[in-house]
Amino acid sequence: MSKVPKGTTSRRGFLKTAIAAGGATVATASTARAADGDPAILELQEWNQILGDGVDARPYGTPSQFEAHVKRRNVEWLTADPISSVNFTPLHELDGIITPNGLCFERHHGGIAEIDPAVHRLMINGLVEKELVFTMQDLARFPRDNRVYFLECAANSGMEWRGAQLNGCQFTHGMIHNVMYTGIPLRYILETAGLKPNAKWILPEGADASGMTRSIPIEKALDDCMVAFKMNGEALRPEQGYPLRLVVPGWEGNMWVKWLRRIEVGDEPWHHREETSKYTDLLENGNARRFTWEMDAKSVITNPSPQAPILHGPGRTTITGVAWSGRGSIPQVDVTIDGGKNWRKARMSGPSFDKSMHRFYYEFDWDGTPLLLQSRAHDSTGYVQPTKNQLRDWRGLNSIYHNNGIQTWYVNEQGIAENVEIS
Amino acid sequence: MSKSLSAFLIPAVGGAALVLGVGYGLATRSYRASEAEVALAQASAAEERASAEADKVAALTIEVDKLTAAETELTLQIEGLKTASAPARLGDPLPEDETFDLGRTATIDEVAAWNIDVRPDGQGLPLGSGDVMTGEELYTDNCAMCHGDFGEAIDRWPVLAGGNGTLASENPVKTIGSYWPYLSTVYDYVHRAMPFGNAQSLSGDDVYSIVAYLLYLNDLVDEDFELSNENFTGIQLPNEDNFFLDDRTEGELASFSADACMENCKDTVEITARAAVIDVTPDDTAARARREAAATDSGDTVVVEASAETPAREETAAAIEEADDVALVAAGETAFKKCKTCHQVGEGAKNRTGPVLNGIFGRVAGSVDGFRYSNPFKVLHDEGFTWTEERVAEFLAQPKSYIKGTKMSFAGFDDEGDIEAVVAYLKAFDE
Repeated sequence: MSKVPKGTTSRRGFLKTAIAAGGATVATASTARAADGDPAILELQEWNQILGDGVDARPYGTPSQFEAHVKRRNVEWLTADPISSVNFTPLHELDGIITPNGLCFERHHGGIAEIDPAVHRLMINGLVEKELVFTMQDLARFPRDNRVYFLECAANSGMEWRGAQLNGCQFTHGMIHNVMYTGIPLRYILETAGLKPNAKWILPEGADASGMTRSIPIEKALDDCMVAFKMNGEALRPEQGYPLRLVVPGWEGNMWVKWLRRIEVGDEPWHHREETSKYTDLLENGNARRFTWEMDAKSVITNPSPQAPILHGPGRTTITGVAWSGRGSIPQVDVTIDGGKNWRKARMSGPSFDKSMHRFYYEFDWDGTPLLLQSRAHDSTGYVQPTKNQLRDWRGLNSIYHNNGIQTWYVNEQGIAENVEIS
Repeated sequence: MSKSLSAFLIPAVGGAALVLGVGYGLATRSYRASEAEVALAQASAAEERASAEADKVAALTIEVDKLTAAETELTLQIEGLKTASAPARLGDPLPEDETFDLGRTATIDEVAAWNIDVRPDGQGLPLGSGDVMTGEELYTDNCAMCHGDFGEAIDRWPVLAGGNGTLASENPVKTIGSYWPYLSTVYDYVHRAMPFGNAQSLSGDDVYSIVAYLLYLNDLVDEDFELSNENFTGIQLPNEDNFFLDDRTEGELASFSADACMENCKDTVEITARAAVIDVTPDDTAARARREAAATDSGDTVVVEASAETPAREETAAAIEEADDVALVAAGETAFKKCKTCHQVGEGAKNRTGPVLNGIFGRVAGSVDGFRYSNPFKVLHDEGFTWTEERVAEFLAQPKSYIKGTKMSFAGFDDEGDIEAVVAYLKAFDE
């Protein structure tokens, strides 16, 4: 126990240590402090001496025990029941642009369907020349493509319309993930069935207990939609739609139907529950926008943020975050440390794909005075991420969905960050 | 990039050439020494050496060829890498306009089994009908446990009735009557996905009845109303005309596409709202530890001061044990949320989709008055099968394989800890 570095002791472990010491002073590694140097170097470490697990101990690898706090988390009061609920990607613990499969946020409407791929089928029906049924093996015979796309829930940041509410980047911005999909261009499947001239819409349907359905215009279906069976190289996770999901690049996550079992082709939209009673944007005058599919350009600083304070004190400091747009790529992100008085271009890093997450960094010398941090994304169409108040001027406070306003973190002298709004 | 790598490769190739030059020089000099007595012997020896050198030359020539080929290949790879970084190379284009002879024709019955969706124009509605009074009964049995007796909703489940005139207010209540644009959506969704946890268990006529009752709860029809595929499309919901197509491109996009200010954009900045004041964020132990660590000094030791009130070790252990029991029951209450959709427990509990669970331990299976059990439970009842903690635990792990044919749609708890907690929770309601 004494060799566990500070800050990684679990709460339970810490309690045990405290009890063992009978409530007396606990000082980890304090004896070695007297020697001249770092105990991490001076003391022989357990892992430096004793043999570790062999190759078969972890046939499917999991992260280090010291990363156990890196996990998806739920906000219990948001929904009536975890079966129809959402949890959040820990953006503040990640770097680069790819979200690990086990950390991709979950949103289910009827729980996770556990489907045996041997009995999974994809049906194409409606306005097609031949109504078809495919097995998973049939699908594996189509030409495949590999694409990196973000998937953002339309309700990401939806709790922030009325002001700063949740104190953590995971909770304000974590309904997003970015993975590489392997799948079939949807147009191959539709063209194999043969579209009739009046085919204008498709209705993908999930095999789960919520029977998820959404209407998608045929132009999008034939453009860049995919039917995916792999994410980041391995089979889709059950919570992400195993064995098959629809990929609808740049459009709200609810349309990326998981556990995809059927695609109906029609001449009109269906106006189902998830595109009428939900996922419509109520404006200030009581009218509501429907079919708000595209995700507007957005960015957020992931570090520092309320769950990831600056611990090193003044001096060289790295700010990092992510940006994305449903309309293209992100050529530029600006960062301010003074609440928007002055902005500097951040350094973009890693691959830049259309409708994918982008990573940015901004390095500076922190003088230890409080900071008001913001990031601002520019997308390849020339769109600049608006402030929250600019958005409210257009939409009011009741929209729930599509909140892509600029996020502010206040960082105090100790480096502790808080979700705030500023003038 | 390609240039600097070539620069690295060229000295390597040049070095090979230099070795070759030395080889030739040695051979030539040896032949010029032929006039000496020893010349022949030397020449002979030299010839051998020259032959050996020539072999080396041949070998080295091959090496040079290999290196040249390697350089060409590397240059190609570098070009490939350059195209892969900016702009990103997404791969070769996929074949255009191809169709594939894959899959098989769906049978009429297969399409009928899955194609149950309904559109506003009535496409997909089955033949049939249902009235408000029948709907009330079905609603009470199947829907009221979440949506409330009058559609007012329990906890945070969706509100189904009321909310008229609230859409432009600070607290809009979005119900079937106040918000939903089309009645077909109600039919489609109830038929496809309700009751929650027992989807597609209602007949077409059942759904007509429930939809009729929901119209009644929203004051849109009278209590003697009957809904059918005949009159369905004649009913318009009040809010239909207040929806419009996404118009972001017509105003928002232009206003958000102006040049962005970079320098001296404002004089003052004030904090106007703070999440810490609202304090609704789930507690994050790891983050809190780091915040606390940041707040103390930056030394390497974590010091917990013993306070005067610190209890003795045994008391602490006992307190922790007791706290563990309380925590287990509390964890059980949380885990029980998965059961709560159908089962009630505690004071005033009633049979819902599932039987009441008060006093389950020691009770014979299938014995709750007034609950309509499925056949396997009737059989267990007749056999005198009694619920014990172990049996409940086994059932909760895999309900469908423990009691084959059970109506209970729950798939089982994955986590043994959840089962232990639920059992502890249910024990708190022993009679």
